[in-house]
Amino acid sequence: MSSARVRTLATLRKALVGLETMGGPDAGRVALGHAEVDAMLRGGLARAAIHEVFAEGRFSSTATGFVAGLAQRVADHRTILWIRQDFAAREAGDLAMTGFAELGLDPRRIVVVFAKNAEMVLRIAADGVACRGVGVVIAEIWGETKAFDLVASRKLTLASSDSGVICLMLRLGASPRASTAETRWIVSSAPSPPVAEWEAWGEPVFDVQLVRNRHGATGRWIMKWACDECIFRESFSKQPTAHSQPLVTAPVDRPDQALAYARRQVG
Amino acid sequence: MRDGKSADQRPLVVVSKEKNAVVIVAVDDAAARANLEPGLPLANARMICPELNVVDEDKAADAQALNAVADWCDRFTPLVALDPPHGLFLDITGCARLFGDEKSLLTNLCHALGRQGFVVNAAVASTPVCARTMTRAVSGAIVLQGEEKAAVSPLPLFALGASEETIRGLRRAGLKTIGDVAIREPHEITARFGAGLTALLQQALGQSDAPISPRKPLPDYVVEKRFPEPVATDAVIASTIDLLAHMLIASMEKSGKGARRLEASFFRTDGAVSSIMVEAGQPVTQTHTVARLFREKLDALADPLDPGFGFDMIRLSASHVELVIQEQRDLDTHAQDDDEIAALIDRITARIGKHRVLVYLPQDTHIPERAAIAVPAQHRLAAAHESAWMECTRGEPPLRPLRMFGMPEPIKIIAPFPHGPPAGFQWKGRFHRLVHIEGPERIVMEWWNEEEILPQSSSRDDAFNRLHPPHGEPQDAIDHKKLTRDYFRAEDRTGLRFWLYREGVYGREVRQFCWFLHGLFA
Repeated sequence: MSSARVRTLATLRKALVGLETMGGPDAGRVALGHAEVDAMLRGGLARAAIHEVFAEGRFSSTATGFVAGLAQRVADHRTILWIRQDFAAREAGDLAMTGFAELGLDPRRIVVVFAKNAEMVLRIAADGVACRGVGVVIAEIWGETKAFDLVASRKLTLASSDSGVICLMLRLGASPRASTAETRWIVSSAPSPPVAEWEAWGEPVFDVQLVRNRHGATGRWIMKWACDECIFRESFSKQPTAHSQPLVTAPVDRPDQALAYARRQVG
Repeated sequence: MRDGKSADQRPLVVVSKEKNAVVIVAVDDAAARANLEPGLPLANARMICPELNVVDEDKAADAQALNAVADWCDRFTPLVALDPPHGLFLDITGCARLFGDEKSLLTNLCHALGRQGFVVNAAVASTPVCARTMTRAVSGAIVLQGEEKAAVSPLPLFALGASEETIRGLRRAGLKTIGDVAIREPHEITARFGAGLTALLQQALGQSDAPISPRKPLPDYVVEKRFPEPVATDAVIASTIDLLAHMLIASMEKSGKGARRLEASFFRTDGAVSSIMVEAGQPVTQTHTVARLFREKLDALADPLDPGFGFDMIRLSASHVELVIQEQRDLDTHAQDDDEIAALIDRITARIGKHRVLVYLPQDTHIPERAAIAVPAQHRLAAAHESAWMECTRGEPPLRPLRMFGMPEPIKIIAPFPHGPPAGFQWKGRFHRLVHIEGPERIVMEWWNEEEILPQSSSRDDAFNRLHPPHGEPQDAIDHKKLTRDYFRAEDRTGLRFWLYREGVYGREVRQFCWFLHGLFA
């Protein structure tokens, strides 16, 4: 009797797992590169699902960088459809393709759509997600909106699980609400690790908080985006220690010192 | 002219102001019976007939009305040309047979326009000028080829449409009808009145022809459906578009063509015509694509298609037709992806317009805000895929921001010593203390591309200006577009990374620095 019950339980569990992981033909996952995060996500960011990235308004470009990194990981050299609300474009500035190129994204594969309002963003996102040729759909919405409710997110999730196209919601200046997203992240900027004066600084570093994960635990990490390898990495950031600030006078109306010296040598 | 069907039975005149006199430009039948005619000053007209209904001329409304009638006339032929102020040319070559013959087309047209409240004079002839000349004298005339001379000769001179002065000159010479002029030697007429009149005369007599200039380019393929009973419901309209798309695609397929631009015209029973145009990045060869594009467009219309009392005809026309090469697709998924992307872009474009769906092309410049231009994805997708972006240096952190402000935002900085790099700045009500700063990276504007600045016109000569330079700022109006910029990368305590610049070179271009925030790094 008890063995029968155990068997029933096992079959039920199996059925549940089957239901839970219903996600497209092949619920593939894309590793982000950060070992801890990948372990927490059971191997990486799930395809055929929607993921939300939240950030305060002032961290708009940090969140943009994080989303761009995720998109680069999952797009696999296919088209990135970036749908922007007009207001977001006005508030947070234009996307600069030279900057994307430096992060390792291919500007040739980015198609940007400007939509009037959040409703239109979601409609076009639904169209984009339904199209199998698209690598990733990014929907950028500014501020709180009633348009992205449970019904809307469910629609996107279904479309995404049908086609296998991943959808990233970039929500700036908004707070999380109920949705059917697979994961939810809150991003803010993190200081560059302390460097000596002659060393380069300024690689994208993110303070990332995973606040929702449908298939695992949550956590908080400092990650950096390695532009050359196009992968997320651990960043060992401390609170900024007291290191000296560069306070060298910038040449204002005269040639660079080294250059002037060289010229003297020649002349 | 609109038929005055109002209760007002007084003679109607339309007036406008010419050379400081209010002059009649058009009269109705009642006014004509009272011996009023165009060109008469209004004051004189009031003496003749004190009871007058006077209306001011509205040229814009006239032109609009003429355009509306021209739209409606599209149902007879795709080649309709305007002949302002109140004429239309229709090239009915090959079209008359669709309506029976020329006679029935003419009566059909006059009858339908008459029902809309217009008074029409129409004629059919082998040259446009001959037809126009006929309409000025009689209505409903059909002049067969070779009979132009006989038809036109007895008509008075004004029917020719020459200028007032020319006609007065001809009258003075004793020539009253067109026939009188036609029997003269052409060189006599040319010597006295210029070649223009001779050419006009020859065209009126059918001896030479001049082409009309149609309002719209001739579509490559046209299919249409007429309804005995007007239709108004969305379902019928959608199924009609499906049917027409099927016919259109079938006829294009025979010659292996696909259309880049499709236009659906809806002819309402009361004469109003509305047109909807969709474009595609790649030639359309599938019926369902056509139907889907139109569905997107119809859904997105700001003012929905108003059927009024219903449409009596729907037409679908294709232009920008291209030869489609049926490519054998291999198993390369990228090619298929590209097709799907192009179709997706077409659908989104049909809904929100082509200037909202963009791709970026790199530009050969080092000015940051001009480094990439946005172009409609529908037309330039292939170009964007081929474009070459600058290679980035490996091992360097990003040197260009991810987000850039269209208008650099002015900021207030504090610096430990004058003209030094900032230690912190105020932006959007928040103070950012900087931990890292790197720069300057100097970017000089492209003086070789700017147009030459013209010296400001001055009442005194240049020598005086050079001797007595104006006090104060070296330059009164600083042209911000020409100033050198020194860019700095900066990071504050929270890890926000900024791209700042100061404008101008101290002493040479400016006396005081202005600082701006141009963009944000990730």
